[in-house]
Amino acid sequence: MTDFSDLLLLLVVLTDFWVLGTTRLSSVIRAAALQGALLAALPVALHPRLSLHILGLGAGTLVVKAIVLPAFLHRAIREASVRREVEPVIGFTASLCVGAVAVALSFAVAQRLPLPEAQTALLVPVALATVIVGLIVLTTRSKALTQVVGYLILENGIYVFGLSQAERVPFLVELGVLLDVFVGVFIMGIVVFHINREFDSLSSARLTELKD
Amino acid sequence: MRLLGLLLVPLGAAAAAYAHRSARLRNAWLLAAAAAHVAIVASLWVTPSRPVFGDWLALDALGLVVLSVVTVLFALVAIYAIGYLRTESPRGGRAFVSCLLGFLGSTSLVAVSHHLALLWVGMEATTLALAPLVYHRHDRRSLEAVWKYLVLSSVGIALALFGTFFLAAAQVKGRPLLIEDLVLTAKSMQPGLLRAAFVFLLVGFGTKMGLAPLHAWKPDTYGEAPSLVAALMAGALTSCAFLGLARVVQVMSAAGQAAFMQPVLLAFGVFSLVVAAAFMIGQTDLKRLLAYSSVEHMGLLVLGLGLGGSGAYGTVLHVLNNGVTKGLMFLTVGNIVLVTGTSHVPSMRGVLRRAPGSGVLLLAGLFAVTGSPPFGPFVSEFTILGAAIGQGHPWIGVITVVLLAVIFVGMARTILQVLYGEPVGPGADQREGWLRLAGPVVLALLVLLLGVYLPAPLREVLARATVSLGGAVP
Repeated sequence: MTDFSDLLLLLVVLTDFWVLGTTRLSSVIRAAALQGALLAALPVALHPRLSLHILGLGAGTLVVKAIVLPAFLHRAIREASVRREVEPVIGFTASLCVGAVAVALSFAVAQRLPLPEAQTALLVPVALATVIVGLIVLTTRSKALTQVVGYLILENGIYVFGLSQAERVPFLVELGVLLDVFVGVFIMGIVVFHINREFDSLSSARLTELKD
Repeated sequence: MRLLGLLLVPLGAAAAAYAHRSARLRNAWLLAAAAAHVAIVASLWVTPSRPVFGDWLALDALGLVVLSVVTVLFALVAIYAIGYLRTESPRGGRAFVSCLLGFLGSTSLVAVSHHLALLWVGMEATTLALAPLVYHRHDRRSLEAVWKYLVLSSVGIALALFGTFFLAAAQVKGRPLLIEDLVLTAKSMQPGLLRAAFVFLLVGFGTKMGLAPLHAWKPDTYGEAPSLVAALMAGALTSCAFLGLARVVQVMSAAGQAAFMQPVLLAFGVFSLVVAAAFMIGQTDLKRLLAYSSVEHMGLLVLGLGLGGSGAYGTVLHVLNNGVTKGLMFLTVGNIVLVTGTSHVPSMRGVLRRAPGSGVLLLAGLFAVTGSPPFGPFVSEFTILGAAIGQGHPWIGVITVVLLAVIFVGMARTILQVLYGEPVGPGADQREGWLRLAGPVVLALLVLLLGVYLPAPLREVLARATVSLGGAVP
């Protein structure tokens, strides 16, 4: 099963680049949804001895990260009728390059992290790379909605890292984590909707009234 | 079972309150749940509870200190909220009470979790429970505040989850992520992974505490949130975030990593004091001023942890003092803002004449929050300073004294401006009302009491909490 899980992990990195390189908001959300589906398959691929714990984790992830949240975000952009990320702080080519550097760095760092439990050598570097890509999206995109997706990607990276510890973290806690992410993105989505109504724009760059 | 009650009573009441259309019934649920919570915590002081769910939920001395701050502050805020909701009816009023109760439930979860991943779940829930309350005015400024608060806190907390997984990876023996087992087997943990875990958890919980330079959301959020929500954030939420950090410090000191950890904590502490001092001078918004004061006090908490020894005792005592004092300040300022209609300093003069009760409380609060005798913060700040000078960090002691003096001048100038002078704007239009004065009065008495007399049972709990952090009682 290692080959299959490695394939899944490589696809996760590809969706990272998809998010970095695309201009269309709906495309960004689609990439995040695909990544959610890949993450749902990962625990099953990594732990061939199927247990209720692994199946429940996969199913919960599929519902929350691949179906419900993307559908909710799609609705948000439809209501706001915004299509494109027009004014990123750094350009798309540049952010792809930064992403590539991040992946290289992640592999270098992962080599030095002694994780005896990691089921495959790709797990830790992919987790680190996804976390960094999430942070890049959060900091370099000006649309509030893209930033929400960035937060989702960041959480996905941490989730991948957590899979190396799946035997140690009980199911109940994982459900709690998933619930928190769900509610968090949900509230952010509502705030994004209000930002759009108030400013006629999804851009969080308009939020500049409060300062010293 | 009482530990479970701490979680289920507020959450059950939150659901019940949401179902009611009548504001009076919702308020009744709020008061009843707050009173029941206080009663449970009081009974835990008398007879400790045994751990439940395979040691996942347990109450040690450190947890009891934080839990007591939360429950006392919440009960007083609940009484205040009744008075507040009479004068201001925020939009989405139905959710207001339920969010408050949800916050109480999730902070209790943080205080009694001995499983660090469960603690994380509670910590994120506290962030989310308060978010709708920050946005209660539904205008541009509060929208900006809630966005910054949500994004920065959530990212910070996500990094703390990353750190928690690192901690699980570093652990070789014992039951995973249970604080007792982590401390017992700390010596066998992999030091590289443990250090990585510490850095991520410090950044994560530090963001939630509002340590500089991770404090960017704090002035905006405290400035825009209703004062009673800011009181809960500055008093209870920061104490919970501190507890998360303290758990890691427990593991790090048991693992013999103090030499790596302490300089980092000291740096964060001193930098927070510097930033707070710089932004408090000439601050023209009273609530933002208090937010920077909160950055200062968070800095003092990690400073004490970083010094270790008797500094840790000062920190544990300061958790109590900070919670009570911040509650006093924000509730009082909330009353004043209801009278003056603004928190902009130049347009809120003559408060002593316009709202005498709140004016006197604000004056008392000024001396308490700046660490003047005979109030509680004086004792804890003095202990931390004593630890700095007595334990080989005289320069940190000197820098801290200078910064505290600057902060005193900055706060006193602004607050005295507000208290004295000719009243501007319309006269005393709002009666202060005993519901909104009761909370601050009790808090002022408590902070005075903490400064002059600590009862024996409290001293004993503080001592046990200090020892668990690897410190020593002076």
